[in-house]
Amino acid sequence: MENNTKRYWRGIEELTNSPEFVKHAHREFGDAPIANEKGEALIDGTNTVRRDFLKVLGFGVSAVALAACEAPIKKSIPYLNKPEDVEPTIANWYASTFIDGGDYASVLVKTREGRPIKVEGNKASSVSKGALSARMQASVLSLYDNEKLKGALIGGKAADWAIADKEIIAALGKVATRGGQIRIVSNSILSPTTKKVIGDFIAKYPTTKLVTYDANSVSGLVQANGGILPSFDFSKAKTIVSIGADFLGTWISPTEFAGQWAKTRRVNSAEGGNKEMSRHYQFETIMSNTGANADYRATYKPSQEGLVVTALYNAIASKVGGATISSASVKIAHLDKAATDLVATKGASIVVSGSNDPAVQTVVVAINVMLGAYGSTIDAGSPVNYRQGSDAEMTAFINEAKAGQIGAVIFYNANPVYNHPRGAELAEALPKIELTISTNDRADETGSLCKYNTPDSHYLESWNDAEPKRGFYSFTQPTISTIFKTRQTQSSLLTWSGLNGDYANYLENVWVSSLGGKTAWSKVLHDGIYEPAAGVASNVPQTIGLADAVASITKNYKANSDKMELAIYEKVTMGTGSQANNPYLQECPEPVSKACWGNYAMVSLATAKKLSLDQEVELDTLEVEVSVNGKTVKLPFIVQPGQANDTVAIAIGYGRTKAGKSANNVGINAYPFASVINGNIAFSNTGDVIVKATGETAKIARTQTHNTVMARQSVVQETVLSAYKKNVEAGRFKPSVLTSEGKKEISAENGNKEQINTTGVSLWNGHKYNNHAWGMVIDLNTCTGCAACVVSCNAENNIAVVGRQEVINRREMHWMRIDRYYSSDADVEDAKGLEYASENPEVIFQPMLCQHCNNAPCETVCPVLATTHSTEGLNQMTYNRCIGTRYCANNCPYKVRRFNWFRYYQTDEYDFQFNNDLGRMVINPEVTVRSRGVMEKCSMCIQRIQAGKLEAKKERRRPKDGEIQVACAQSCPTDAITFGDMNDETSEITKLLNAERKGRAFGVIEEINVKPNISYLVKIRNKEEKVVKEEGEVKEHA
Amino acid sequence: MSHVVSPIRETLVSGGKSYHDVTNDICKQVEGEPTKEWKIAFGVSCLVFAYGAFCLGYTWWQGIGVWGLNKTIGWAWDITNFVWWVGIGHAGTLISAVLLLFRQKWRTSINRSAEAMTIFAVLCAASFILAHMGRPWLFHWALPLPNTFGSLWVNFNSPLVWDVFAISTYLSVSLVFWYMGLVPDLATIRDRAQTKASKFWYGAFSLGWTGSAKTWARYEYVSLILAGISTPLVLSVHTIVSMDFATSVIPGWHTTIFPPYFVAGAIFSGFAMVQSLLLITRVVFKLEDYITIEHIEMMNIIITVTGSIVGIAYLTEFFIAWYSGVEYESYTFLNRATGPYWWAYWIMMTCNVVSPQLFWFKKIRTSILVSFVLSVVVNVGMWFERFVIIVSSLHRDYLPSSWAMFTPTMFDIGDYIFSFGLFFTLFFLFAKFLPVINMFEVKAVMKGVSTNYPFKKKASGEKEKETVH
Repeated sequence: MENNTKRYWRGIEELTNSPEFVKHAHREFGDAPIANEKGEALIDGTNTVRRDFLKVLGFGVSAVALAACEAPIKKSIPYLNKPEDVEPTIANWYASTFIDGGDYASVLVKTREGRPIKVEGNKASSVSKGALSARMQASVLSLYDNEKLKGALIGGKAADWAIADKEIIAALGKVATRGGQIRIVSNSILSPTTKKVIGDFIAKYPTTKLVTYDANSVSGLVQANGGILPSFDFSKAKTIVSIGADFLGTWISPTEFAGQWAKTRRVNSAEGGNKEMSRHYQFETIMSNTGANADYRATYKPSQEGLVVTALYNAIASKVGGATISSASVKIAHLDKAATDLVATKGASIVVSGSNDPAVQTVVVAINVMLGAYGSTIDAGSPVNYRQGSDAEMTAFINEAKAGQIGAVIFYNANPVYNHPRGAELAEALPKIELTISTNDRADETGSLCKYNTPDSHYLESWNDAEPKRGFYSFTQPTISTIFKTRQTQSSLLTWSGLNGDYANYLENVWVSSLGGKTAWSKVLHDGIYEPAAGVASNVPQTIGLADAVASITKNYKANSDKMELAIYEKVTMGTGSQANNPYLQECPEPVSKACWGNYAMVSLATAKKLSLDQEVELDTLEVEVSVNGKTVKLPFIVQPGQANDTVAIAIGYGRTKAGKSANNVGINAYPFASVINGNIAFSNTGDVIVKATGETAKIARTQTHNTVMARQSVVQETVLSAYKKNVEAGRFKPSVLTSEGKKEISAENGNKEQINTTGVSLWNGHKYNNHAWGMVIDLNTCTGCAACVVSCNAENNIAVVGRQEVINRREMHWMRIDRYYSSDADVEDAKGLEYASENPEVIFQPMLCQHCNNAPCETVCPVLATTHSTEGLNQMTYNRCIGTRYCANNCPYKVRRFNWFRYYQTDEYDFQFNNDLGRMVINPEVTVRSRGVMEKCSMCIQRIQAGKLEAKKERRRPKDGEIQVACAQSCPTDAITFGDMNDETSEITKLLNAERKGRAFGVIEEINVKPNISYLVKIRNKEEKVVKEEGEVKEHA
Repeated sequence: MSHVVSPIRETLVSGGKSYHDVTNDICKQVEGEPTKEWKIAFGVSCLVFAYGAFCLGYTWWQGIGVWGLNKTIGWAWDITNFVWWVGIGHAGTLISAVLLLFRQKWRTSINRSAEAMTIFAVLCAASFILAHMGRPWLFHWALPLPNTFGSLWVNFNSPLVWDVFAISTYLSVSLVFWYMGLVPDLATIRDRAQTKASKFWYGAFSLGWTGSAKTWARYEYVSLILAGISTPLVLSVHTIVSMDFATSVIPGWHTTIFPPYFVAGAIFSGFAMVQSLLLITRVVFKLEDYITIEHIEMMNIIITVTGSIVGIAYLTEFFIAWYSGVEYESYTFLNRATGPYWWAYWIMMTCNVVSPQLFWFKKIRTSILVSFVLSVVVNVGMWFERFVIIVSSLHRDYLPSSWAMFTPTMFDIGDYIFSFGLFFTLFFLFAKFLPVINMFEVKAVMKGVSTNYPFKKKASGEKEKETVH
């Protein structure tokens, strides 16, 4: 470039370089605007400072830009006057009582900002002992059921309570004055004060009679025990024989019985630990939850039931030298063995029967008397009130109604049109009754036929008391004010009796006078229970009418029948169908069949073959037509291993028509198929039962479709008691590898010659848990598969209900599931044969949840670190970081991860609990509601762990063992799940693991070395030892 | 670059073409009005694309629950399609880079479209990476980008992150390689351009190519360097894709044989796809003289070789499953062949192992119709291979309680159709607006012009001339 000496000027001013220019030369915009007093420049012609202008401009632009974005509006209303005892974010717990018909439990209700969000068992109660069933766990959701009645109805139209009361009182008066009959139809009433209120009502209207019935009636049992229902104590039993009583699943008070039963099944591998177990025989038609847990199990047809009982009587009588009774003999496997064991453990034996036939129950009483069960395992001195229904009373009522002899009827939380076999007849008779009132919470099958609907409040909104067992009281207090304009029926009855309708006050007065003071009343309300421990001497019932009973049995039962018979059973999850509109329950799989959202016809494999119903593993099923005495229904069928041949079984609790969106037209109603024996409802039908395929295919929502464990010993491990007594490691699967030096057991250390260190070698540094190391132990020996933990987990962790179609698509969201495997007769090498269960298989339940692996396969594959390991041994899921590749779920060997395929909340297709403002009140605010496209799984209730740690920290101490309980462990009625800190030397889990590490403890599929933090304990069956023959064939000694 | 063609070799370009003929034949398609065939084909692909886009849009709007996946089978058609497309995308680079390094002259007529196909196939594969995510709008979280979440980084242990790197590297290198190769030909079109628009666009994209000796020398260096960079990618991309499976714990996935097995399979399917496309292009654009029977035969031979490697890999898997004594792995393989998805397994075996063996017969491997049918069959088989690996391993893994079946929905199918729509739309656009055959390289492998006059089928006995271009 040329040498450039040219000069350039910015302007002529610079060239002239006048003093005026020099003065302003430093200012870029030469002709400076006017400045204010402070010397700040002003915008021309205004008083605005330039910098202010920029500020205003900036604010304006951003304000406009922000206003353009529509932020979602979340309504939250602060307390105008904060209630004294409500602290935002702090949960309040209230003791209360769950009552649904005769189902009872003392509960603790967790409320957040005034909303009940979870119920847990009240361990202070010596009756329910803190155990809750799946249905009780789910009950909190029914509180927020949007389809309940929102106020009183007259003729189906919303009406004012005052007007309804006026009309009802007038009508009652009219009926009473002309001497017309008034009936209060109810399920069992546990509340003594409610009975007192009914007494007041009867005093006012003397033609009133209380008719009590139970949908799952046991009135035959009550009749045979002299009008009472004795309390059973399985924990004292060494030999348990059940003939058709599903006492771990549905019979009378299953959670209570399960707890007692588990006490007799808990063993410990430590030296000196308990190595004794009760022996449990189950004789039944269907594979019940109880049968699945029995040591020995055999089937009979409903038409044989009475003869099975007499056969057992004779077997025992001949052993103890008593007189036998003459009746046709039936051949049932294990029956004689059961009799031998019962006699051997005389005084610690118990026989229960699920029959509703008083004749059969009379023989059962006679058996128990012979075995000395009364006074030990059966206590007739402290009877329970769970079932007070009388089939005869109900039958009489329906007959009277049909004859037009009833002037007024009040259905007190009873729905006989749906849940009584003669419901259809009653529905026809109802218009003949002048005054019909229903207090049911919804306009259900019965309620919608009544002139007046005066809806009762939910138990979480109510005041009440209960006497589940003589001398044991329990109290219900409201945990929220009534959501809808509902009123407790006790208040209604008081009002209609012309008394003060304040039931809370009435109840208080009764109890204050009985307890002798307000303080005592406050205390029992706080505790939820009052147990004055009425020690009444046990009285042994007289076995009267044994001969008549035997005659009746001979008449009603047949030893052999080739005919198809119908068995009607109750599902553990759905019960009688009173909570059918509860989405948690609809989606909770039944423990044995693993099916939900509907009922189906179950037949045994042999019967299916006979009817040429072929069912492929894991595929759609066929639709069948079941016709019983001319009444026909169509429903899908499944092969149920372990069911009696030539029987078909259908569950009650389904086929609701007026219960709400979740329940209506799901399944069919099986109540009308029940028959009558000796005046009582028999949950079976031995009439003309025809099952045939319609040619259509059908789908069943099942969470598990593969039934067998495919001889995979590292998945579930089990042994028999005698083997366990000899070697506490019996049944344990020890993975091994073949090396050049022979077969070696896989181990984490360089131990002896028989071991090879493969699991101790790792590319990873491993995790160090300096503070806590959370873990869990699940005892397969005491887990009954009852599914209480499943529902508890749902409620605690805001788990979405996805509906029938999505379960069929295999997409249920349950974090906690219970795997159920049947045994197979096939050879271990026969992969195809292993897919099919035995005719009468052994069953094993295995709760399965995130195993919180220390070498977690999910953690290494997540591209965005959305799932990571905590410093306390937990595998954590960060929902916000998840981009939804599902790689973690694919790589999870336990398949416990669940993906949000859709936005399950606020989407019309998934109209379950999270899709209306009311339903969302059940959401646990401590747990994020997951959005579409993210993975989720068990967090080991991290919110509870954090809360427990914080509580301890505030008190400057370490968390105490047991203080932090995860939802599943808390809810387990048999305490099969132990959760705790494995770093805490004094914790239950450490003690248990110390005892079992060299015993029953195993990790599922431990050979892949993912090192789970959850250990399982080997299941032990109290059976005769299996003998391994030379060929490796496993056969059982007869 | 000097090209010496042995006198005993068949001519690679038949029909006695001159250099000018080559230019004319190839540029004709670009310069002329679109042909009727092209219009129909492009119209159909646009329709397919539109239908597929609707399905994909619906999937994104509703969530991937519209697919048939479930709690047990978290990947099915999505990742099957992804791996399938990535595999197809392997041929381009192999032909351009590896065959370039091995001086395989016959590749010159096919490398352009093979490379284009690679890029479009990788784009299709990428669409499934996005589509399979639960929250695709957050896909950038899989990239190690600086962020405001503190020191939050991606998980370098995850094969999916390796995948992101592998695919994006492969796409960018392939794109650059393809584009570099296009530059001299774009310049040719530019020089012949009649309209203002084509002058401008081809001018802009030919990057001021002058055709001077210096430019050519630089061009050759760049080609070699890019070929050098691409070559390891041929091996690495599918190796890394296979690690998505190989590093997992799922029986049927957890297999050390996967990297070579996947690479062989990728080349296998890639060549089959190139074969299918070329056989169509050849007819539609009347390029029989450039894509000769010898090309087709060569391709078929490679298909047979790679197909056999794949077949051996299948058998090795089976052997190892039995020999290892691992209960779960043994069952997985038994279940593949005899379980509910036996049909998928046997389709795979027939299409991939049996069908390429037919090419041992010269008559078959030189038959255009059979070659076309078998090339499609191979890709059907390769799709089923990925389906078998993914679905039949997942559907019955460790715990029998979770065993499940997978049934595709119309959106599984629709989203797969989308990728075909995308692929063919792009391919037909490419075929119309860019030279489908590498003109300057074809010219380089032609026998000396003098050998063509008078036209002789065989140039034997004549002295080979060096052609410098």
